[in-house]
Amino acid sequence: MEPLSWTGILAPLVTALWIAAAAAAALAALRFAAGFVLAPAEGQANADGTLTASRGPLEWLEQAAFLALSAVAGVVLIFVLGGAALGLEAGLIGGIFRRLIPVWIALGITLAGSYLLRGRLGLYGKLFDSVIGTAGLVLVLFWVFAAVFGTFDLIVTHNPLGQSGAMKNEVPGTPYTRMIGETAEGAYPVYLLGGDNLGRDVFSRMIAGSWTVVQIAPLATAFAFMVGITLGLPAAYFGGRLDTVLTFLANLILAFPVILLFYLLVTPEIVATGIPTYMAAVMFLFPILFLTILLNARYHTRPALRLGLLAAVIGASGWLYLSLVSERLGAVHILPDWLDLFDVPGGILVVFVSVVFVNAPTVFRIVRGIALDIKTRDYVAAAQTRGEGPWYIMLWEILPNARGPLIVDFCLRVGYTTILLGTLGFFGLGLPPESPDWGSTINDGRKLLAIYPHPALAPALALLSLVLGLNLLADGLREESLRD
Amino acid sequence: MGMFLLRRFAVMLATALCLTFVVFALTNLAPNLEKVAKTQGNTRMSDPEVDSWLANRGYGRSLPVKYGEWLGVLPGYVIEQPDGTVRGRCFGQADARPPDAPARCGVLQGDWGTSTVFREPVGAIIATRLALTGKLMFWVMVLMVPAALTIGVLAGMREGSRTDRALSSVSILSTATPEYVSGVILITVFASSAVGLRWFKGTATSAMENATLENFLLPVVTIALFGMGYIARMTRASMAEVMQEQYIRTARLKGVRFRNVVLKHALRNALIAPFTVIMLQIPWLLNGVVIVETLFNYKGFGWTLVQAASNNDIELLLGVSVVSVVVVLLTQLISDVGYVRLNPRISVT
Amino acid sequence: MTDQEPPILEIEDLSISFFTRDREIPAVMDFSCRVLPGEAMGLVGESGCGKSTVALGVMRDLGRSGRITGGRIRFKGRDMADLNDRALRDLRGRDIAMIYQEPMASLNPAMRVGKQLTEVPVIHEGIAESEARTRALEVLADVQLPDPERILRAYPHQLSGGQQQRIVIAMALMANPSLLILDEPTTALDVTVEAAVVDLVKDLGRKYGTSMLFISHNLGLVLETCDRICVMYSGEAVETGDIGDVFDRMRHPYTQALFRSIPLPGADKHAKPLVAIPGNFPLPHERPPGCNFGPRCDYFEAGRCDARAIPMRPVAGDDRHRSRCLRFDDIDWSRMALGGVDATRTDPGEVILRVEDLQKHYEVGASALFRGGETRVVKANESLTFDAREAETLAIVGESGCGKSTFAKVLLGLETATGGEVILDNRPIGDTPIQRRETATIADVQMVFQNPFDTLNPSMTIGRQIMRALEIFKVGGSEAARRERMLDLLDLVKLPREFADRMPRQLSGGQKQRVGIARAFAGGARIVVADEPVSALDVSVQAAVADLLMEIQRTQKTTLLFISHDLSIVRYLSDRVLVMYLGHVVEIGDTSDVFSPPYHPYTEALLSAVPIADTRVTKKSIVLEGDVPSAMDPPPGCPFQTRCHWKSQVPGDLCETKVPEMVRFGPEGRHQIKCHLTRETLEAMEPVITLAAE
Repeated sequence: MEPLSWTGILAPLVTALWIAAAAAAALAALRFAAGFVLAPAEGQANADGTLTASRGPLEWLEQAAFLALSAVAGVVLIFVLGGAALGLEAGLIGGIFRRLIPVWIALGITLAGSYLLRGRLGLYGKLFDSVIGTAGLVLVLFWVFAAVFGTFDLIVTHNPLGQSGAMKNEVPGTPYTRMIGETAEGAYPVYLLGGDNLGRDVFSRMIAGSWTVVQIAPLATAFAFMVGITLGLPAAYFGGRLDTVLTFLANLILAFPVILLFYLLVTPEIVATGIPTYMAAVMFLFPILFLTILLNARYHTRPALRLGLLAAVIGASGWLYLSLVSERLGAVHILPDWLDLFDVPGGILVVFVSVVFVNAPTVFRIVRGIALDIKTRDYVAAAQTRGEGPWYIMLWEILPNARGPLIVDFCLRVGYTTILLGTLGFFGLGLPPESPDWGSTINDGRKLLAIYPHPALAPALALLSLVLGLNLLADGLREESLRD
Repeated sequence: MGMFLLRRFAVMLATALCLTFVVFALTNLAPNLEKVAKTQGNTRMSDPEVDSWLANRGYGRSLPVKYGEWLGVLPGYVIEQPDGTVRGRCFGQADARPPDAPARCGVLQGDWGTSTVFREPVGAIIATRLALTGKLMFWVMVLMVPAALTIGVLAGMREGSRTDRALSSVSILSTATPEYVSGVILITVFASSAVGLRWFKGTATSAMENATLENFLLPVVTIALFGMGYIARMTRASMAEVMQEQYIRTARLKGVRFRNVVLKHALRNALIAPFTVIMLQIPWLLNGVVIVETLFNYKGFGWTLVQAASNNDIELLLGVSVVSVVVVLLTQLISDVGYVRLNPRISVT
Repeated sequence: MTDQEPPILEIEDLSISFFTRDREIPAVMDFSCRVLPGEAMGLVGESGCGKSTVALGVMRDLGRSGRITGGRIRFKGRDMADLNDRALRDLRGRDIAMIYQEPMASLNPAMRVGKQLTEVPVIHEGIAESEARTRALEVLADVQLPDPERILRAYPHQLSGGQQQRIVIAMALMANPSLLILDEPTTALDVTVEAAVVDLVKDLGRKYGTSMLFISHNLGLVLETCDRICVMYSGEAVETGDIGDVFDRMRHPYTQALFRSIPLPGADKHAKPLVAIPGNFPLPHERPPGCNFGPRCDYFEAGRCDARAIPMRPVAGDDRHRSRCLRFDDIDWSRMALGGVDATRTDPGEVILRVEDLQKHYEVGASALFRGGETRVVKANESLTFDAREAETLAIVGESGCGKSTFAKVLLGLETATGGEVILDNRPIGDTPIQRRETATIADVQMVFQNPFDTLNPSMTIGRQIMRALEIFKVGGSEAARRERMLDLLDLVKLPREFADRMPRQLSGGQKQRVGIARAFAGGARIVVADEPVSALDVSVQAAVADLLMEIQRTQKTTLLFISHDLSIVRYLSDRVLVMYLGHVVEIGDTSDVFSPPYHPYTEALLSAVPIADTRVTKKSIVLEGDVPSAMDPPPGCPFQTRCHWKSQVPGDLCETKVPEMVRFGPEGRHQIKCHLTRETLEAMEPVITLAAE
């Protein structure tokens, strides 16, 4: 059987798309070049205070480029809607868009809801004022939903780990056969994005791989922030020797080439010594420490409330902590099994720990820098003159006012962590070799890249779009927070 | 200035010692050593056999002592073997200690050990590989720095303009493309049979002897792309900030034309921050080098690192670590000194 | 000044707006003014009134979002709207030059001063670098900078603030422009330095025959420098005319209200308190219909003042005196007297705070970035001795770097004293850092900060911030009780109770400052240190906040330590004054004693430097040379000897070698002066400020 084409019955539209895209690109390039030569037309003010933009050649170019771009968007929209409606009839693109229907629905609901409530959502709501920020948000949400629904078997078409001898390196659209000459009843009829070198479905692996990233990257970044904040604030606030020592340590880790660190830390031998578990035991203490100090500083003036809060928080987070650290077969086994909520596989844990370890010093430096600035504000002095403790000042006077740049950096850093996870996979470190995560998949695919590029290209583009989304989101957030 | 350099140098030395010690400790962990014993000696050795094999080769002693020997501040071990011969760090296996063998032989004496994978002295391997990577890095810098600075300055000089938006989008896209992604895309588009544009080669092995546009451009572009976006964004931010400054308005209202406002008044102030960034970018470039050399099979320093690490080649890995740590620290030093040089507000007296 | 001479600058019905994504924000509306050759025009108004926008509009430098939406600007008869980029560039710097507020920010940090100066004639006249350099040397001599050769080679950061401002002035004068625009040129400078710079600008204006557009919020400064004045309010010119006409025969209620809210000689907090302007400055997009000042005006007439836009009308009898008020003929302008609110005088009680020989030295590294080398000692406070009584206002006066803020830190326990003692209620607290002080002591000594935009935590509600202070001071047993107390405190500072749930960014500067005051009084403070509490506020709000402080002080019998460099407000508010210079108390005494001879030479110079917005006042002109020496390297002997112009009256090298003793005057020796001048010389001094009889 012939492989399915990309566009199916919508094929005639492809020509239209190319023409529109070429026109848009040409006009945009022309507009960009003309910008250096021609001056924009002056706006003309009317008597009633409104402004009329007069049209010069630049403005006409702009208008034309915009129209061409709208045409591109229109054709793409037809592909999406037509694809979702027609499924494989509309070729592979149609098939993919149809598989993603749950994502479209969730995306639509979330975006529409947020857009309607944007006035009450603070900085997040203002994001919709910025094209860049909205684009970033859409990309990020797309992957979050794809990953979540992927785990519920809603989107993936085949078992991401299932191999088929007949599908090795087959191009996208190849009809699925379990073995050569044997059709599979009830299974999805094609490999949408082809098969990899072991005959696994590239599309399903790409969706399944997003779950690894969506799970680990934000969580690891959050932990890095906890560590960075808990150490960065006192370094800036107290200064002196503490600052010197902590800054030296941070620089020490920063001077380590990341790859070398990964090669030294993320090996089965190191996992065997239990070092990652011990490191995790230390690092995971920080959130508990952070919460405890946070609440204690705020509520020490009201002893009854404090006691209740702290008992609840330490109890809950302590249990989580012990469950996380204690492992049935690992180096640390404190908690009896019936109390142990979950076990984290050693490979994942070591990846997690090393990513936190690499990110924390940078967060430390950022927090320290911001805190050094805020420390000189009068409201900090006011808190000092009423005799507040140092931790109250750091956590309740300084930290909340540092949140703007920290949120922006968080988004950027999640993107960076995604890249790091990909790097680890690319070198085959930490995660099991058959894991569908994007880095490992790219690593698998690169050996035959020159002949069969599709197995590596799909996860590469997926990773690119997610990281791009995060960067755009960060940029939009920064722009909107500066606007106030 | 002298005092400042001396202090920075002292801190650098301390950092280098700490880092090499950490690397040394991590490579000399028991499971690693066991692996060495089994690959070098006999795969089916029992635990006591492994222990005695290690002890005979000087691995059995405490970590600080081994580190001191490797560094060359402590005299190398001399251990009598069960078969009566003598084995020493500085002379290998012999019947007796040769009289001309030096007492200390470590990094400080220029003795970096021997690679188990390449069967060659570590120093020699590193020298040749570093030269190859140097070639790669040189072209990366030549391509990346001017491009990034131009993009950044053009975007930042009129913040919010269309030029700015267009160029900023390009730099955001490039920061979102790690080397292993851009490499895959570039190879697919320009070097694979699937698309048909076979303009360049997907491997750079031949570029080690004879670099041409065909075999060298893709790896260079791949590394440059990722770093370029970051530097361009930094330059843009710095430039945009400077353009807001009062003294730029002063210059404008003095009647200085826009081009000269940018070139004479803004540029020097705007380049202080990016300069530091470019220097601190070099450790990140090291990452890119490792990925790209692996992807394009260019057998330079990064490729050596991967070989050493994945084959548990302890001496080579240590050598590679020392060199990369020193490179990183040197760039930090240059960045500090350059910052002071560029910024007249900081005077070191 | 007649109409025969063509004006240098003529602005007609100018309107300027800024465009944001959502709306147009009109910044200047229907603004007209004329500047004749050699004339100095003062543009006065509160922040946000559009005065700086007018200047930038003249320069055609409004940025991307600003646009001229109506009217025209003519410079020497040429319509500026007709100028293309190139012609505009030729004009800027050569014909019109501009000087701004922050001298440090106006100079390129990475370019040598010489290069920045010579650039101007090189661009505009195309002369050689060497010739430009000669010109630069001449101009530097004109702005009275010592060692011009060295200065040309220096980078801006190597010069002091006063020197930098002189460089900026020199840069403006390099091409000998016909119009000089000065935008708050001295606001960032100390009073004595400001006086010298203002003197210089006046002289140079005369020498070069330059016309000036002088923008300032300070009426006194405008009186000293300008021939004509234009008062702006909320984007409009409300009154313009000759300086004498506007000051003495004002014809706009806003001008009148402004004058009634600034402390002029004759105002008295007990007998003749200031009258604050009620309400707030309208936001640019929420301006009322008709008269912008209407809602705050005492003479407002509904249906008339808010009916339609009001044009400027000439005032009969005066030359070019115009006012934007419909009712100025109806108003009885003679009723200008200050309010006579009855305020009972509270007499100072027992001494509660004594400071004896307080000394505070800091050790600082040579530079934070490059530690090493020897550490240097900053002598912030040297032998401070004074006491303060209950319910008394003691003003601490001095310029930046005199050590007044350091003293506040020691008193509050943020720093500990190096030597000497601070005694509160007979308990020494100078060595006790705040962590070891009892809650009662901490609550007793509180502070009101200078910058209203910095004094409140931006991410916590107003109520929460006050309640936190109550919690810390252990006031109120329960959350509900504290909330009740917090609302009482809001009443005390005259803020509506709804403000409890607002965030600080929703409040105006004056309102924030009131919250700061409420917070300071949360624990029933007995001593409040107010560090320039009103200097960052607009003139019309200053009076209200100052009066509020006074009122709370009266009812709570608080001791107020009022730190300020503004002698006008000090004279108005304080019972006693303490003058500091380089960490020393150089003069202390009752307010009336300090403001009349005998003076310490420094006090004399300070008094002479303060601009007073009253045409009846004549001042002796005393201009101090140079800048305040660094506290890191204070001069030997008398701290003031490097700038003192009485030094020749002291025999020998006494001033250079020995710190003077206090000379006591008056009953109980309450007035003390730290000077080597003989008692006779001191007593023979003439008053600096004399008020002409009406």
